[in-house]
Amino acid sequence: MTPLGDYLLVAALLFAIGLGGALTRRSAILVLIGIELMLNAANLNLIAFWRYGPHPEALTGMMFAIFSIAVAAAEAAVGLGLIIAIYRHTQTTDLDRISRMKG
Amino acid sequence: MSIPFYLISALTIAGAVAAMTLKNTLHCALALTIALAGIAFLFLGLDAQFVGFAQILVYIGAVAILVVFAVLLTRSGESLLPAKRARTWLAGLAIAAVTFLVLGWSVLASLYGLPNETAAPSVTMQQIGNALMGPYVFPLEVVAVLLTAATVGAVIVAMHEKARNK
Amino acid sequence: MAATFDQIFILFRNWLVHFLPPAWQPAAGALLGVIGIVAVFPGLFALTTLLERKGLGRMQNRYGPNRVGPFGLLQPVADGLKALTKEDVVPFNANGLMHLLAPLVMVVTVFMSFAVLPMGRHMELVDMDAGLLFFFAMGAATELSVFMAGWSSRNKYSILGAMRAVAQMISYEVPMLLSSVAVVMIAGSLSLPKVVAAQNHYTGIFPHWYVFTPWGFGAALMFAIAAIAETNRSPFDLPEGESEIIAGYHTEYSGFKFALFFLAEYLGMFALSGLGVTLFMGGWSAPFSFLTWIPSWIWFFAKVMLAICVFIWMRGTLPRLRQDQLMNFAWKFVLPYSLLVLLVTAFWRFLPPGWERWVVCTVILAVAYVVMGRAAFKLKRVGPRSYRYAE
Repeated sequence: MTPLGDYLLVAALLFAIGLGGALTRRSAILVLIGIELMLNAANLNLIAFWRYGPHPEALTGMMFAIFSIAVAAAEAAVGLGLIIAIYRHTQTTDLDRISRMKG
Repeated sequence: MSIPFYLISALTIAGAVAAMTLKNTLHCALALTIALAGIAFLFLGLDAQFVGFAQILVYIGAVAILVVFAVLLTRSGESLLPAKRARTWLAGLAIAAVTFLVLGWSVLASLYGLPNETAAPSVTMQQIGNALMGPYVFPLEVVAVLLTAATVGAVIVAMHEKARNK
Repeated sequence: MAATFDQIFILFRNWLVHFLPPAWQPAAGALLGVIGIVAVFPGLFALTTLLERKGLGRMQNRYGPNRVGPFGLLQPVADGLKALTKEDVVPFNANGLMHLLAPLVMVVTVFMSFAVLPMGRHMELVDMDAGLLFFFAMGAATELSVFMAGWSSRNKYSILGAMRAVAQMISYEVPMLLSSVAVVMIAGSLSLPKVVAAQNHYTGIFPHWYVFTPWGFGAALMFAIAAIAETNRSPFDLPEGESEIIAGYHTEYSGFKFALFFLAEYLGMFALSGLGVTLFMGGWSAPFSFLTWIPSWIWFFAKVMLAICVFIWMRGTLPRLRQDQLMNFAWKFVLPYSLLVLLVTAFWRFLPPGWERWVVCTVILAVAYVVMGRAAFKLKRVGPRSYRYAE
């Protein structure tokens, strides 16, 4: 059986990769991908804690992960819709060049 | 038991790294798919069948496809310019590295108290359904409202200007 | 004797496995099951291509293939040899790895979805608690492989076909899931063998199949429409519309890779027909109580082949839709109607058994069907076609 610590380390690494990507890349889509990775790392933690926790039959961690997946789907839909709308205005997805508040 | 875990984790992390470093945005999106599939397999390894399949259905079936569509609609995949980095990319990397070090250190420091062997919990779909419809029914309704709002919002945001003014 | 025939494949497997040490038996049994699936369905695929060409030929007043072997029976063999010996052309600009991976991913995921289908009494590879969810998760991976195929070919027709296919599959996946959820609500399980068991009763000689209830009929109708669209078959074959975009996402595929796409398309048809049969038409259960002596797997495959014949019949008779008609039909008719079916299913579940719930559910669904159809026609959302000719 894989120890819990390994899962947590993998999740931490994924989170760091997502965070690093979201901070360093300048394409709005890539930033969104980084955020998705961070969310997934958090889900992995939730499920790992659910599995190794004292009360897996209470399903708390699993429920949290299910709701988090649903929220992430909504976030992706709205986020990508926004990116497409901004692209129509400015013809770019480069976050450094989307700096005006005026439409 | 552990070897599949390490293989899948390596694949997941490789996919994540590729998703964040490749030049072509479309390749990044496809690498993201690999990472997401890897996480789904990790869920299956943790005896969370329902969440694993839901992960495949939602992330690979919907989110990855959405990302790919966005890439094509904004022509991000076509630019042959070198990958643009933020001016503060060094600071960003440092923050990420520090985050990982802190998280990793806290995991390793507390490893001794962590349980390593537990019997696999037998969770049936019936139990998940009862939980969703019983104690968690309020969050479920809130998520339903959120998803409806997100659908409407995404349609309005992405709609052509002309159609909106009409 | 009838029971032996019913379980003949299981008994055969157990007999083969019992030569092995006990520790290996479960793995070997599973492996035999996989071999069975991998052998049976491509064989069925070969027969179906012939059936389709013959059937279409008859519908169009011609013979269809009749040169190779008696009645053209060896035509699939000739087709297979031709596909194998053809040159495998990869476009110069193509992304080689993805071009290769796309058909493989598609075939593998389609094969995996067969694992949860009960093809006879006790004849499922794995009785998964979340079987239906597994099936749809595997279906979701198809979309990505279609996209990979279209994009990696670097051809405008390929990418157009892939975008069409993905948009269509996402749009029709929603009503398909919703109409399956109706069945799950009544059967109370996501496990497909349990869904079949829930339908395997008889009143007099008639079975309790879900298609014979008002909500089940509505859901089965929506499921059938969505399944045809999901497999990119005529009249929803825009992604491969030959007269518009050559062959869609597999324009740049030749030889064996093209054969793999072709195989995956037909396997997808079998899988979805199998799922539809399992959900609405009692899976392997017999249509009349006095026919239960016929082995269950014969019933399953007979029903699947019946569904395939309907697919072929549709292809032979209906003209292709236009892209906007397709999308409007999905989002403005099929999806709302599936939601209504779900609501009516909830009524059915909570109304007391008796003739009242039959009347209530039938009336709601029939009225909604007529009203929504009329409204759609009037607002020209779905309605009759209008054609514009080049000047």
